[in-house]
Amino acid sequence: QKKKKKKKTKQDTITDCDWARLPQELLLHIFQYLPLLDRAYASQVCRGWNQAFHMPELWRCFEFELNQPASSYLKATHPDLIKQIIKRHSNHLQYVSFKVDSSTESAEAACDILSQLVNCSLKTLGLISTARPSFMEVPKSHFISALTVVFVNSKSLSSLKIDDTPVDDPSLKVLVANNSDTLKLLKMSSCPHVSPAGILCVADQCHGLRELALNYHLLSDELLLALSSERHVHLEHLRIDVVSENPGQHFHTIKKSSWDAMVRHSPKFNLVMYFFLYEDEFGPFFNDEIPVTHLYFGRSVSKEVLGRVGLHCPRLVELVVCANGLRPLDEELIRIAKHCTQLSAIGLGECEVSCSAFVEFVKMCGRRLSQLSIMEEVLIPDHKYSLDEIHWEVSKHLGRVWFPDMMPTW
Amino acid sequence: MAPNSIHWFRKGLRLHDNPALREAVRGADTVRCVYFLDPWFAGSSNVGVSRWRFLLQCLEDLDANLRKLNSRLFVIRGQPANVFPRLFKEWKISRLTFEYDSEPYGKERDAAIKKLAMEAGVEVIVKISHTLYDLDRIIELNGGQPPLTYKRFQTLISRLDPPEMPVETLSDTLMGRCVTPISEDHGDKYGVPSLEELGFDTEGLPSAVWPGGETKALTRIERHLERKAWVANFERPRMNANSLLASPTGLSPYLRFGCLSCRLFYFKLTDLYRKVKKNSSPPLSLYGQLLWREFFYTAATNNPRFDKMEGNPICVRIPWDKNPEALAKWAEGKTGFPWIDAIMTQLRQEGWIHHLARHAVACFLTRGDLWISWEEGMKVFEELLLDADWSVNAGSWMWLSCSSFFQQFFHCYCPVGFGRRTDPNGDFIRRYLPVLRGFPAKYIYDPWNAPESVQAAAKCIIGVHYPKPMVHHAEASRLNIERMKQIYQQLSRYRGLGLLASVPSTNGNGNGGMIAYSPGEQQQSGTNNNTNNSHCRNHFVQMTSGGSSSGTKTVSCLLSHSGFAVLCLTTCFSCACSLTCDGRQVGCDHPWSLVSGGNPWCGPSSRLMVLLARFLISMASLIQRRLFQRGHRNQPTADQTF
Repeated sequence: QKKKKKKKTKQDTITDCDWARLPQELLLHIFQYLPLLDRAYASQVCRGWNQAFHMPELWRCFEFELNQPASSYLKATHPDLIKQIIKRHSNHLQYVSFKVDSSTESAEAACDILSQLVNCSLKTLGLISTARPSFMEVPKSHFISALTVVFVNSKSLSSLKIDDTPVDDPSLKVLVANNSDTLKLLKMSSCPHVSPAGILCVADQCHGLRELALNYHLLSDELLLALSSERHVHLEHLRIDVVSENPGQHFHTIKKSSWDAMVRHSPKFNLVMYFFLYEDEFGPFFNDEIPVTHLYFGRSVSKEVLGRVGLHCPRLVELVVCANGLRPLDEELIRIAKHCTQLSAIGLGECEVSCSAFVEFVKMCGRRLSQLSIMEEVLIPDHKYSLDEIHWEVSKHLGRVWFPDMMPTW
Repeated sequence: MAPNSIHWFRKGLRLHDNPALREAVRGADTVRCVYFLDPWFAGSSNVGVSRWRFLLQCLEDLDANLRKLNSRLFVIRGQPANVFPRLFKEWKISRLTFEYDSEPYGKERDAAIKKLAMEAGVEVIVKISHTLYDLDRIIELNGGQPPLTYKRFQTLISRLDPPEMPVETLSDTLMGRCVTPISEDHGDKYGVPSLEELGFDTEGLPSAVWPGGETKALTRIERHLERKAWVANFERPRMNANSLLASPTGLSPYLRFGCLSCRLFYFKLTDLYRKVKKNSSPPLSLYGQLLWREFFYTAATNNPRFDKMEGNPICVRIPWDKNPEALAKWAEGKTGFPWIDAIMTQLRQEGWIHHLARHAVACFLTRGDLWISWEEGMKVFEELLLDADWSVNAGSWMWLSCSSFFQQFFHCYCPVGFGRRTDPNGDFIRRYLPVLRGFPAKYIYDPWNAPESVQAAAKCIIGVHYPKPMVHHAEASRLNIERMKQIYQQLSRYRGLGLLASVPSTNGNGNGGMIAYSPGEQQQSGTNNNTNNSHCRNHFVQMTSGGSSSGTKTVSCLLSHSGFAVLCLTTCFSCACSLTCDGRQVGCDHPWSLVSGGNPWCGPSSRLMVLLARFLISMASLIQRRLFQRGHRNQPTADQTF
């Protein structure tokens, strides 16, 4: 009511135009700039605005936020709004995501909503756990049946993000049977119920797939060959998470010929690899050339492995090393600068590099290093450079002002 | 007639370099030094026994030093606002002096007392001596906003005059004719209370590793400087097993309570450097410890919600998990990670831990492993950590959880590897977790990996005598790094695959950002893009573009203050860039992944539409804002005793 009053006074004093006669197209255009809540307020102004509020164009995108007060600090999408959407707008929805907190209730609520989306045709669907992987706590059958509702009804799903969920091989088969022509993106890191055969079936059938994210145990030579078959479009991103379940785990190797086939088929594809391994588990990795572009080592990685990275990763663009032993990484960095000619971003956490080796590294890479994030503790002063001098020297070679990253002394 | 003065001690518990105290005695007839202590508040406060003990020791030392000048400390039971009017009358006071408190609650409290004093005809003199600089001056120099990166802060500092010299220590000469009337029953009425009187159970309380007081602080600073002189090169000390232990040269709790003047420390460091380095001028890094403290005080001084995520304009909203059981395990040192548990035990027993140890436990609680809000960790530190200060504590927690200050988040301290690198032998663990004493160095950081025979020989079965690890670190860090990446990519609108580029570069003066924002984009950031983090986005925009988008700022401030999550934004799954409903935002290379060509809203945006939309937003938000303000006015008013 307040709002109406305000509108009136504005109308009287500033303009003479009649707000209710604003054409629907214009109104729609304005509404798209407004957040939902503001649209809801505006919809109370008059009948015309209320009609505009319900226009299908405004309901194509929706993000359901499912949080419980006991497990999240964030607000949830109001249950009445969810009911409204299912009742009035479910056939308009096309781009849908669910953000759930760490509670099983929230994940189950998401599944309940999913299973009611029978008469809609989604283009994108994302199931996102914002704190802990709560979809894994939902009974598998419940989750699968909700997900297959979408797979079966959508027919034109193009993007699917279902990391950390109990999705399994049979449900992927349903996905493929209904959406094989349209599927372009599939993200399913840490889905323990999927087997290498399950993902292979997707790669075999969905020739338009351009982006794929999965765990290393699903990666096989067959999968790479399927993705680089003639009928398949160019792959753009492949994201692989290499996670150790228990120390000393053994990992299989991928043949160099399979990677070569992949690069021949999609010369520009990005291979992003995240490693969370114990130091002694790196044996099978980086012994042959691998077309990795983005490398992240989440735990301590040995000098030796980094040395191999310098030899076998000619396409490397970004390298992030969270930790390393106590011996300086000098030769390894120089080698990386020499062989990885695409490298433009590097981040070093708990590592050690002598100042002169670091300057040499920066000098070799030069201005192509657009991201250079080095913790201050990493740099060991030596006879050539002190800590105060190094930022000048590095800035000079980069052509811009640079400082090491600092942590508070507290 | 010469005035009767009160000097009100809060922080700044010292007689040296205390300009406000000096003003109190200048030309005065009488001076009384008071400290307010609310015994009711003591028991119920969030402050642990070690911190209370430190405070009481400081007060006793202060009283002892005042006695040498034939004066005493008056510890007054009650709240300043209630008691001051009576004291003004009873003691015929005409002058009140105290040290400037830069923290928002302190400023509010002091404003009320000032008003009260003025009404009673009492002159009020306030002096800055808890910080090196006048913080408002730094903010003014930065165009009215506190600097949000340490580099920027350093740049501003270097443009200021050096800090003022410390003033003379209060002495008989300075006291002159000024006396303190002391009654017979001073001890009963105004004596320093004991811990028991405050309701603490002191049985079995180990003796203090950090004894409080100005006298101790002044001995320590001498030793601190001797050691620095010994090291002579003034370089950052390399971390080793020994640095983890409480050092007799540590100063942080003394700076916190103001037993030691930061200016005295500053100038002693400068003198020493000049002496050793033959008159070359000292680099800023020499004062690191002092400047960090100053940085966080500056960031917090005008932000009453600095210690919160909600409603704090510089804090990124991160969907932390609420998990009281996991939080309790962390706080009590029962995580099953010996490195984390030993640090938390040291903190509980001694009230101090090394700053890298703080980084380790803070990272573990928040973005590293448990994904629990930094606010919870901050509260635990506030209870246990002797040098925990409202501004520095909250600021450091935001920093370490990557909730503000543009931190790269890729680096998570490993709860196994980090300790092992620092103290390969594990002596620190054995000292604080005697139950693990029998483990060989090889397994002491990850005892759950030890074969059963080793566990049996160590007389400690994991899962029986010591808990199993509460999280799978590799899995947790995989999940968490992904989440941080998504949050930051949404904020920075970075659309590539890189991890590092998701945080805007803050090198140089803050304008050297790698992410260029076009003016058009800035406008949008205010209008359609929701978002939960719109206020933060704004800081990002300012950071990276040098920021002069006042129009945008108003709108998105309105949005963020309205306090409602807005739903029109979704995320592009391929690169986590933000895509808004209108589809104009689809600049990412993945048109298939979300809103695509079929969207009728694509097309050139009209300036008029933007204006109209903004008008509507402001209408709606005005109302919301008013509601919001009403809802949030009931902020805690309890006097922060310390």
